[in-house]
Amino acid sequence: MRAKREKMGLAGPDLSKAAGPISSIGAIIVGLLVGLVILFIANPEKALSGFGWILGGSLQSPKDFGNVLYYATPIVMTGLSVAFAFRTSLFNIGASGQFIMGAYGAVLVGVQCKSLGSFQWIVALLAAMVFGGLWALLPGILKAYFNVNEVISCIMTNYIGMYLVNWLVKSTVYHKLTNRSLPVAATANIPKMGLDKIFPGSMVNGGIIIAAIVSVLIYILLNKTTFGFELKACGFNKDASRYAGINARKNIVLSLLISGALAGIGGGLLYLAGSGKYIYVEDILSPEGFTGISVALLGMSHPIGTLFAGLFIAYITVGGSYMQLSGFVPEIIDIITATIIYFAAFALILRGILQKFRSRKAGDKG
Amino acid sequence: MEYIIEMLNIVKEFPGIRANDDITLQVRKGEIHALLGENGAGKSTLMSVLFGMYKPESGSIVLRGEKVHITGPKMANALGIGMVHQHFKLVHNFTVLQNIILGVETTKNGFLQINEARKKVMALSEQYGLKVDPDAYVSDITVGMQQRVEILKMLYRDNEILIFDEPTAVLTPQEIDELMNIMKGLAAEGKSILFITHKLEEIKRVADRCTVLRMGKCVGTVNVSDVTIEEMSEMMVGRKVILNVEKGEKEPGSPVLEVRNLTVKADKSKKNKLNDLSLQVREGEIVCIAGVDGNGQSELIYAITGLLSPDSGQILLKGEDITHKSIRYRNTHGMSHIPEDRHKLGLVLDYSLAENLMLMEYFEPRFQSGGFLKKAEMYKHADQLIKKFDIRSSEGARTRVRSMSGGNQQKAIAAREISRNPDLLLAVQPTRGLDVGAIEYMHSQIVKARDNGKAVLVVSFELSEVMRLADRILVIYEGEIVANVKPQEVTENELGLYMAGAKREAAV
Repeated sequence: MRAKREKMGLAGPDLSKAAGPISSIGAIIVGLLVGLVILFIANPEKALSGFGWILGGSLQSPKDFGNVLYYATPIVMTGLSVAFAFRTSLFNIGASGQFIMGAYGAVLVGVQCKSLGSFQWIVALLAAMVFGGLWALLPGILKAYFNVNEVISCIMTNYIGMYLVNWLVKSTVYHKLTNRSLPVAATANIPKMGLDKIFPGSMVNGGIIIAAIVSVLIYILLNKTTFGFELKACGFNKDASRYAGINARKNIVLSLLISGALAGIGGGLLYLAGSGKYIYVEDILSPEGFTGISVALLGMSHPIGTLFAGLFIAYITVGGSYMQLSGFVPEIIDIITATIIYFAAFALILRGILQKFRSRKAGDKG
Repeated sequence: MEYIIEMLNIVKEFPGIRANDDITLQVRKGEIHALLGENGAGKSTLMSVLFGMYKPESGSIVLRGEKVHITGPKMANALGIGMVHQHFKLVHNFTVLQNIILGVETTKNGFLQINEARKKVMALSEQYGLKVDPDAYVSDITVGMQQRVEILKMLYRDNEILIFDEPTAVLTPQEIDELMNIMKGLAAEGKSILFITHKLEEIKRVADRCTVLRMGKCVGTVNVSDVTIEEMSEMMVGRKVILNVEKGEKEPGSPVLEVRNLTVKADKSKKNKLNDLSLQVREGEIVCIAGVDGNGQSELIYAITGLLSPDSGQILLKGEDITHKSIRYRNTHGMSHIPEDRHKLGLVLDYSLAENLMLMEYFEPRFQSGGFLKKAEMYKHADQLIKKFDIRSSEGARTRVRSMSGGNQQKAIAAREISRNPDLLLAVQPTRGLDVGAIEYMHSQIVKARDNGKAVLVVSFELSEVMRLADRILVIYEGEIVANVKPQEVTENELGLYMAGAKREAAV
């Protein structure tokens, strides 16, 4: 079978590659089963019909599936952000702050640079990327040059970012009556790219296509380039990378910069979606940044895996929202979808077990 | 004589490989029995079978005349079989005593009876001459003492059959002597010892009998006193092995590496790690640095390779001052480095063999264009080196290095570093953990590099290696070169005196 896969050009460098998707799917199944148990505890009579909604709710109409794509877009980006940093063995828990910084960058250009015309959305998205990237540069530099743990500095930049954006929105693009940012110009919205024809009535837009393209680009960057080779080498073994003459500090900074840029694009894509999203001036961290951690874990930190993981979590979320039709209150729905996501994130542990099992079977000769 | 433990006709198969093929191992009570074999000969597999971690396809284990079925390490322990692993299994922030009793604590009403345990440990320590400080933290004691703690752990559990897995790999010559005495003492007290190794001298020194494995098969069991070292090595490798390095005379050329007045300060007010050290390595010359571990060898190599920046002094490569150049610059300007710690420095264990083999060159035009890796070229390069240096692994170039045996990992590093065709080759403990065949190969490669006019600087803690390999020996003691001698003009005894700091050449 391995020979066959090799012929098809699918074989990876080692056996453990197959363990990735298998354990992710296994984790999803476990997550769903646990969700089902909670449904039975919450409301035994309606449990099965509620579970049906979770599984199939997103497939009812093209509109629903379009919404899945819409919800998936930002979390795919934050997932990529976290996954990318993971590959350099950095834990970017600051995606939330970078996300909202990116969102602000996009909204700022979207509101104020109307003269750009049809290029406005592109510039706005670039601004989102730059804002997100620069916001991650701070923990990156602290980590590389002062050895400050990135987890701590990232958590701090989450809060600083949130308050900073509140202040920036208030002083630049504020609509006082609604306590939120001004609406962006129509030319700043991400084009639909024909998706509105396929999924009429939904909030879908070209953002998901951009997210998918970025996933592929990140895959190529990590696996096909010397830069990716260096980044991963640093992630696996910092000392050996140094020995090989790789500048570990530079790589830490660049890794977080790119990671932040990805989260920033996520913020841009959500707030330029043309779905009536505004930055509210309130003291709440963007949840997309934290969902990104689950997405990255479920996706095994693999860019393409992350894309599918984001889609899956969006799928569950949209399906779950229909459970109200079975009489579940929104809070229970949140708990159940969170449970499924939570258990799905155990994929990494499952892979560890799988690998252990394999290596035991194969045995280390000696 | 009765056998205390017998492993009869053990067969263990893994996909694509028969790791143990009809192996019989019989250990007598009170003897030191050596298990000899190259890396990958099946020694570890056999031990895993003994500890119940693998289930053999066929064969049986007989303990004190009774057939037993061992289901796991716990049961093996209960049957009196204990093992000191090559990599110790100690809790570093526990004391020696706590480590010894860990898992078999004596308790009374749920309270730890530490004093009784202490008495037993001290009695054992006395009886077998295993000097330990029971209240020292494991993180603070020497490797030799950690090993004694491991031995005490086995004794504390009343193990009768003691297995030592490559116990000398981590020890200094003095500690090896001590261990050998301890082993003899244990055997004299009636313990049976199984001594896994590939060091023939040590077998000759302590073992009574020796079972030799080769490629998963049992070559035979011999009385150690009946055979010579050469005969044993031939049994192990399957052909005649040249234990002495064949090397002709060669007149050294101009200096390639010059180290001038190098000083590396230690933390706090301790003695300098390197103190005003100067040396020279010329074209076509192998210079060996002899010395006891921890006398500044690591700092010297790190300073030369750029992993550490010296406090003062100069380093010249082919006449060019590289003291403040980057590591990459040195790597690309004729310096190769086979590091001591292959897991920490030499390899990215989670990368494939192919990726590791281009670790120093991935940025060269040969392996990339426009920042994109040329994977085909990478695999071609890897396959060439695998063939040329006979690097064995389960899946060739795609094998994850972590899954390879230590000897083959070392070969991979050597292949990478030597094939880069450096002007200066730095090799630290190049044969550490290698078997005889691989040592022979590594030495011949080093000599070949030297014959091709390369400058070679070797750091070794093994005097026999230093004597065999060197054109010139520098002895390092407390960060200073205390002797500069030719191997023909010095005895191992004399070198030992220099290494211990008891003697010093006036001129250097």
